[in-house]
Amino acid sequence: MKKLLAMLMAAALLLSCATVLADEEAITLKIAHIGPLTGAAAVYGNATSNGGKIAADEINAAGGKYRVEYTTYDDTHDAETSVNAYSKALDDGAQMILGTTTTSPCIAVSAEAYEDRVFMLTPSASSTAVTADKDNMYQVCFTDPAQGTASAEYIKQNGLPTKVAVIYNNADAYSTGIYQTFVDKAKELGLDVVSETTFTDSTKDFTVQVNDAKNAGAELVFLPIYYGPASMILQTAAQVEYKPVWFGVDGMDGILTIEGFDTSLAEGVLLLTPFSADAQDEKTKNFVATYQAQYGEIPNQFAADAYDGVYALVAAAEKAGVQNGATYADICDAMIAAMQEITVEGVTGTMTWSANGEVTKTPTAVIIQNGAYVGFNK
Amino acid sequence: MRAKRKKLIYNAVTFGLVIAAFLICQYMISTGQMTRSLRNQLIPICCWIVMAVSLNLVVGISGELSLGHAGFMSVGAFTGIVVSGWLLNAFQMEDVTLRLVLAMAAGGLLAGVAGVLIGIPVLRLKGDYLAIVTLAFGEIIRNVMDCVYVSVEGQGLYFGFLNNKLPGTLLLNGPNGAVGVKKIATFTAGFILIIIALVVILNLINSRSGRAIMAIRDARIAAESVGINITKYRMMAFVTSAIMAGMAGALYGLNYSTLVASKFKFDQSINVLVFVVLGGIGNTLGAVIAATALTVLPEMLRDFGQYRMLVYAVLLIVIMLTTNNPTIRTFLDRLIAPVKRLFRKKNAAELLKQTGGDAQ
Amino acid sequence: MFFLSNLVNGLSLGSIYAIIALGYTMVYGIAKMLNFAHGDVIMVGAYVSFCAFQYWGLPPVVSILAAMVFCTVLGVVIEGTAYRPLRQATSLAVLITAIGMSYLLQNLALLIFKSDPKNYPAQIIGMPGISLFGGQLKISGVTLVTILANVVIMVLLTLFINRTKLGKAMRCVSEDRGAAELMGISVNRTISLTFAIGSALAAIAGVLLCSAYPIFDPYTGSMPGIKAFTAAVFGGIGSIPGAMVGGLLLGIIEILSRAYISTQLADAIVFAVLIVVLLVKPTGLLGKQIREKV
Repeated sequence: MKKLLAMLMAAALLLSCATVLADEEAITLKIAHIGPLTGAAAVYGNATSNGGKIAADEINAAGGKYRVEYTTYDDTHDAETSVNAYSKALDDGAQMILGTTTTSPCIAVSAEAYEDRVFMLTPSASSTAVTADKDNMYQVCFTDPAQGTASAEYIKQNGLPTKVAVIYNNADAYSTGIYQTFVDKAKELGLDVVSETTFTDSTKDFTVQVNDAKNAGAELVFLPIYYGPASMILQTAAQVEYKPVWFGVDGMDGILTIEGFDTSLAEGVLLLTPFSADAQDEKTKNFVATYQAQYGEIPNQFAADAYDGVYALVAAAEKAGVQNGATYADICDAMIAAMQEITVEGVTGTMTWSANGEVTKTPTAVIIQNGAYVGFNK
Repeated sequence: MRAKRKKLIYNAVTFGLVIAAFLICQYMISTGQMTRSLRNQLIPICCWIVMAVSLNLVVGISGELSLGHAGFMSVGAFTGIVVSGWLLNAFQMEDVTLRLVLAMAAGGLLAGVAGVLIGIPVLRLKGDYLAIVTLAFGEIIRNVMDCVYVSVEGQGLYFGFLNNKLPGTLLLNGPNGAVGVKKIATFTAGFILIIIALVVILNLINSRSGRAIMAIRDARIAAESVGINITKYRMMAFVTSAIMAGMAGALYGLNYSTLVASKFKFDQSINVLVFVVLGGIGNTLGAVIAATALTVLPEMLRDFGQYRMLVYAVLLIVIMLTTNNPTIRTFLDRLIAPVKRLFRKKNAAELLKQTGGDAQ
Repeated sequence: MFFLSNLVNGLSLGSIYAIIALGYTMVYGIAKMLNFAHGDVIMVGAYVSFCAFQYWGLPPVVSILAAMVFCTVLGVVIEGTAYRPLRQATSLAVLITAIGMSYLLQNLALLIFKSDPKNYPAQIIGMPGISLFGGQLKISGVTLVTILANVVIMVLLTLFINRTKLGKAMRCVSEDRGAAELMGISVNRTISLTFAIGSALAAIAGVLLCSAYPIFDPYTGSMPGIKAFTAAVFGGIGSIPGAMVGGLLLGIIEILSRAYISTQLADAIVFAVLIVVLLVKPTGLLGKQIREKV
């Protein structure tokens, strides 16, 4: 029923667009989004898929020069399936790719796209291996090393405790990526890393990790992990009455939206993130409201990155002067050039891109107070 | 005579179909009729076919339930990636074919060694205990691969366990897996690998050793009592299968620019098992067809959108029920019986003509 | 003290494995099949009790009962529609069907509940914890309930199997299906009953698992399911005390190896111990040595 309604609404939207645009011919961009809609990483793929869809709907409703035809392809967080999804997208006539959501599939797909000359912008695959040696590949999110370094620097510069413990997921590229650069930078800055423990995707019990940090006397625990396991760690710590300063990265965003989670446990958690759903600027408020209305949830950073990603793709296409019916190979080089020139004001901040595909935007530190994000200044 | 002839026909049909499929694919590629989607699936399909055929040797012919077959694929894949990367970086070996062959050989070899090491303890067990130990080995391989770092500098390879501070270029980066792999796998190589696997396995089945393996499967004690060396023959099937899986793994690993160890977890072993069971346990041609069909199926279901994997699950159950339930089977058999009879009559008549009435 | 607290955590995790393993082992003993969908029934149990408590505002005990009833029905339905038609087929065919069923449950849950992880409300098992040795050793309420539930289930199940007529029927079917049928035991009904009990246990396991480790999503059941299957084999598949011992040991080994050896290699160590045990005792710790007939 919900689906039917959504389809009807979409149809109505299209009709209204068509009437508005009778006088001026609009250019349609075929954007294919690839991400895991099923499988253990489905939560991230669904977020990016939804976020991108909202941006596409907004662009179509606004009735500017460009329309977006936005299609999502499921890759189950698997490189093989992701390449299959990519192939299908190109068969279907996609002109550019928003994706893929997760790192390992993204590396596989971007290698294919590099050979085929397809322009790609990933909302959330944050490893540097994604963009390495590929001029067609851009990121909306920060790279893992950038996050690791920024976190260490932030801790040092803002006078946070220097006895640090790290708990990370050693079966996850994102988590290990941040961990490795964080530890290197921390040593360089003279932070004292007293405990390093790991877990894997199948880990249920976090008492060992939490106890290790506690017994080592760490006053700050750095969590370069996603919010799911992070919330388990917070609950475990509450049980053993361990109260360090918790410091997270952008994967931590979403912790307040877990259904049934006692947000008082997250009180005082610090995180360095470019997006917070509680930000008071007009853009974020609109985005969050639309997302909630359509999907019944508060968007996390994945959704926000994809939302910005669609806007960035359209902005680059406009700059590159993409015309109707252009094939992916025709526009790739123009898109690459345009990408380095545009500035996008999105919900994750003001973004510009360098030639190596990495984004420049400023992360802000937020602290959780009374179940909401508050800007953190010390 | 009859049985031998039947076997010959079966083998000829198997090879004929595989070769015909290859030629058709090649023709379609050269004329540009094949969609990109299908074209990019050809190499993984080859790999999964070899996986299915080799697991069929263990499950169908040797009669042991192995739930860790993806572990051997993992060993082969990462070995292949390291060897290929090493040859390229250390010796500037630009010859793609030679590198692929060497990588696949190395992958097969190391997977074979792993097969021997695992086979020694595993083959002392029986039934579901054997199954769980293979599962355990598969999981151990995955967990350990998450901790392995390999780098190349100059002509040297450097290995690190839980230690990523290695000189030179990283080939394997722990949980990040292999990154920056140079894609060198080709469809032709995949086809040749299938043919090799079929030749080796079909020959093994139809040899004295193969009969010994099947005798052990059917009646272990009876086989032992007539002097068949049980461990030797079980080991032979197990290791042959591991080598094939390792080669398939190397080909698979060199078809993508990245590979992570979690690709080869338990689910993947199960997936291959599904090919084998669906193809008819012990039926090599069936395994080939099932592997192809089930690899393509999820892609065909893309039009179902978010219901894709749900439809896949339902189809899997329905297929298993229809092919294995006696009532439904009899019903289906009755449906196709007239068609079958038509053929049989013709065949019998022809045979009668050829052999002069001595077809019994 | 650090060791003791790890031991208690291991016991708690092990108790959950044990309850799941009981379901595996009973079904295996009687229907001679590996029911890989069992882990996903756990996930269903967790979701049902979550909905009952969170959305419909039912009291905790009723929520747990609702989950048990739902899972029992689900287990019987799954058995009747997907496994019963394959009673005469090879055990591998049933195994694959079970895997299909596992995918089906996961994907249904994904469509209904979405992929976002949910946090299991702590109030469902709202027992206060205790602290021993002057506050040095803290044991949470959930841990106590889990360990207690495990013991109770174990005792009840043993009594049921050994003392009741239905239990006797189950043992008969497990020993010789054909002979049991000749004695007038309805094999199908007995197997259904086994699935019903196993699934009800899975619902309890789901509640306990998610109370102890509160974040859950549609894939929550699969890994504990596999670990519990390992535990069942570890203890000797088909043996009820074996499932209990296997589960407890597996949980303790997992926690201790993570605490004292390596957090990275904990999974590998667990499975390595399993292999060593099976090499020494090829039918598991408490498994029956089956004599082979010639």
